[in-house]
Amino acid sequence: MAHEEARGAERDPAWIRGFTQPRLSRRQFVRGAAGAFATIGLAQLIVACGLPGTRDTGAPADFDWPAWWKDQQQNGQMNFANWPLYIDTEGGRHPSLEKFQKETGTKVAYRPVIQDNAAFFSQISPVLQAKESIGYDLIVISNGWQLTQLMANRWLIPLDHSRLPNFKKHAGKIATDLTYDPDLTYCAVWQAGATAIAYDANQVDEPIDSIEALFDPKYKGKIGMLSDPDELGTAGLLALGIDPETSTYADWKKAAALLTKQRDDGLVRQYYDNGYIKALQDGDLIVSQAYSGDIFQSQNSGYPNLKFVIPKEGAVLWRDNSVIPLHAANPVDAIEWINFYYRPDIQALIEDWVNYMCPVPAAKPIIANELDDPDVAESPLIFPSDEDIARLKEYPLTETLEAHTQWVGLFDPIIQS
Amino acid sequence: MRSRLVPYLQTGPAMLWLGIFFVVPLISIASISLMTGNSIAGWDLTWNFSVFPDAIDQYSPQILRSFLYGGISTFIALVAMYPVAYWIAFHGGRRKSLFLFLLLLPFLVSFIIRILTWQFILADDGLVIGTLKSVGLVGENAHVLSTPTAVITGLTYDALPWMALPIYVAIEKIDRDLVEAAGDLYASGYEQFRRVILPLSAPGIYAGILLVGITNVGDFLSAQILGGPNTTMIGNIIQTQYVQNADFPVASALSLILMLGLMLCVFIYAWVFGTRTIQEYA
Amino acid sequence: MAGRGASPGSDSARPVRSRPWSRFVLPVYVTVVMLYTLIPIAVMIVYTFNKAPNQRLTFAWNGFTTEWYGKVFQVADLTQALWHSLEVAVISSIIATALGTPAALALARRKFRGRGLIDLTVITNLTAPTVVVGASLLGFFIALSIPRGITTILIAHVAFNIAIVIIVVQARVSGYDESLEEAAQDLGASPLVAFQKITLPMIMPGIFSAFLLSFALSIDDYIITSFVAGQTLTFPLWVAGAVRVGIPPQVFVMGTMIFVAGVLIAIASLIMQRRSERNLARSDPASRATT
Repeated sequence: MAHEEARGAERDPAWIRGFTQPRLSRRQFVRGAAGAFATIGLAQLIVACGLPGTRDTGAPADFDWPAWWKDQQQNGQMNFANWPLYIDTEGGRHPSLEKFQKETGTKVAYRPVIQDNAAFFSQISPVLQAKESIGYDLIVISNGWQLTQLMANRWLIPLDHSRLPNFKKHAGKIATDLTYDPDLTYCAVWQAGATAIAYDANQVDEPIDSIEALFDPKYKGKIGMLSDPDELGTAGLLALGIDPETSTYADWKKAAALLTKQRDDGLVRQYYDNGYIKALQDGDLIVSQAYSGDIFQSQNSGYPNLKFVIPKEGAVLWRDNSVIPLHAANPVDAIEWINFYYRPDIQALIEDWVNYMCPVPAAKPIIANELDDPDVAESPLIFPSDEDIARLKEYPLTETLEAHTQWVGLFDPIIQS
Repeated sequence: MRSRLVPYLQTGPAMLWLGIFFVVPLISIASISLMTGNSIAGWDLTWNFSVFPDAIDQYSPQILRSFLYGGISTFIALVAMYPVAYWIAFHGGRRKSLFLFLLLLPFLVSFIIRILTWQFILADDGLVIGTLKSVGLVGENAHVLSTPTAVITGLTYDALPWMALPIYVAIEKIDRDLVEAAGDLYASGYEQFRRVILPLSAPGIYAGILLVGITNVGDFLSAQILGGPNTTMIGNIIQTQYVQNADFPVASALSLILMLGLMLCVFIYAWVFGTRTIQEYA
Repeated sequence: MAGRGASPGSDSARPVRSRPWSRFVLPVYVTVVMLYTLIPIAVMIVYTFNKAPNQRLTFAWNGFTTEWYGKVFQVADLTQALWHSLEVAVISSIIATALGTPAALALARRKFRGRGLIDLTVITNLTAPTVVVGASLLGFFIALSIPRGITTILIAHVAFNIAIVIIVVQARVSGYDESLEEAAQDLGASPLVAFQKITLPMIMPGIFSAFLLSFALSIDDYIITSFVAGQTLTFPLWVAGAVRVGIPPQVFVMGTMIFVAGVLIAIASLIMQRRSERNLARSDPASRATT
């Protein structure tokens, strides 16, 4: 490996060692996650003077990625970490992954181990900080503080877009217009969705079309809010008519005040993670903040009374992104898979099962005709119209630790009172 | 055969395990609580003892609430399960183990399943509240979920077998002849219970309260899933600070505060009720 | 002290003289409590027969089906997760019971230097919030480059089960009269035989309870496991993760299977007990009096 010597000279040798020898790191193969305290070693315990931070643990800023990609080759295997039930499944198998293996020869070890962005990040960050491979070649992570850190620490391998012709051809606006990664350096959207509001049509007199319903004393004690500070805070901003993307600290404070009042007035029944779906289904809630895919699935499993609306004030669009973590052993296989799932027929397979917002518009006719599932194809929650997309806003960009701390410091105490 | 080495040989393996996989990691928690810094630049040990008063100051409602909820649920579980343990031990006959096993059986099924079904049963229009509403026993807006009652109910439910088992173990070993003799001495069954059975089962009560109380004060799943606004417990805060905010010093400090508070309770209990003495007399 | 000399093994099986209170009120109460703990199980079993058009479980009744029982092992990761859970629960409770029981014996019966420290360690282990235990253990494993997986889950589960075993067995042993064991030794029994014949039967219910507790705690643990599991998924981890997008009906079916397996084990043990009692009664007429 000539490039190793050439570049190794002027860089941190430890970093280069960990990075340019994927086979070695595969042998060490950190089988799995790590945790919040990863970096505390016995040695450090005895010395006991501190814990290292994440600074300077990623790839060097001037690393020659195109040259690196040129040296990589397909290994015929990859480890894919995803959220549970987030890929097409039939009888315990995943047809899209099987097709991928048939066509490219790459066998995918599929692990639905991600249950929460923060929790997953707290498991992988100590490993990345130790400059080791996390054992996965592809992970799916939502835009938010954890993804921001992955990018800022340069803990991700930039995508080689020359290997993504399908992405170029078929990716819709949802996948190409990313405020958090404007040049699409690292992120290829897996699925997207909107955080808006859902309500129980059986319990309201007229359809709800405004976010003000979340603050309406009429529904006192029957209003659900989300326990994710990002979701809660943006709801407050939208209710005040502020665009979250361009909001300032002063705006956040106003939103926090509004949400504190909402809680103290007894309007909020509970701050839910995903339990709001069940609460809506059981009739415990009249109106709630909600994720689009959940409600679509509820409607099709015995709860047609649940309605999802993008309120006139707007809603926020989130995206779950496929990214390749640094030190990944099989980057070529991973990027080939990204390219593969941007093919409309493959995307149709996945979308017809997953039911979130589809990054490939061309999958729509295939779902409607070949898969014969008009419910999914016609759903505005899966293939939103341009008009709907226009009403979807971006989250505030809390790119620095300071901004993030400010945000969390304002909204966490509301949730955890 | 009273070699002085025997107790060390007996406790050695267990202590070795706990020493390596519990004490060593725990010491690191203590040192981390005194560090300052952030996740990017790293943390330095600055002996920042003010983290403790600050944390207590900021989170005292949640700390107090945890001990309150934990205490109430432990007490209810004790009162509810003592008669069950008593009956199984004294009147369970040869099927005692079977009864215990049956009591524990629902708890082999994942907590998520239990909580999901409880949510369904206790829903506003569900089996219980819905029925009460239709009969007119409770008001239209009555609900149990998302209230302190729900959190305490959840904590109590999960505590039932953990309370029953140690009490059963202690009662089961009480000498039957002693009880009979007491029955001859004291005319009333109450006196017999109060003067003989209750004191003799004290070690079991102690163990049950330890098991249940400690778990419940530190719990966060019940509050997270069954609670509403203003039911947050200290476990939730610790969890959030660790996992979501990566504020390790505050999380470590809160963990230590919680542990010290719990140990204080244990020692007060042992002091007030003189558990050791009772054990020696029994 | 009356009755000190009675054999503890046979004595404990004899019911205490009955009063109306314990004959009628208590059994009814015990039944009610047992039924109460079984309510969620009943709901779970009913809903395994519910149709689920989206392959996700709902509490809306969509019609009767036995489909999910045929497809119970079709969610491959879930099946694997269940096996992991059972494996960890069985092995960790065996190890914890094996390590914890002798320690409990020593703590309950001996005074020795360092006892206070051990007591303190056990109580600290019990008082440590699970989040703290999980997170600190993880740091430890990473520091020593121990790959996370089923082994680390096992280590963690043993670590929290040991203290439970010690507390429960200690409650059984404490106050138990050692003179019996000593008498046996005076009569020429080796310490091992004396332990086997006298002490072990006496503390067996304690050991059994401790094992059951460990098993149940282990199979249900979510928090600590989530930290040290690595890529390995256990049943609670899988289910907790799946809740985000809706859990498949197979989860309830597996819960039902665990429950039914438990009931079957209970029935089997009952039948075996009956049989051995009958044999015993035939060979030893005196024992009839106590049953």
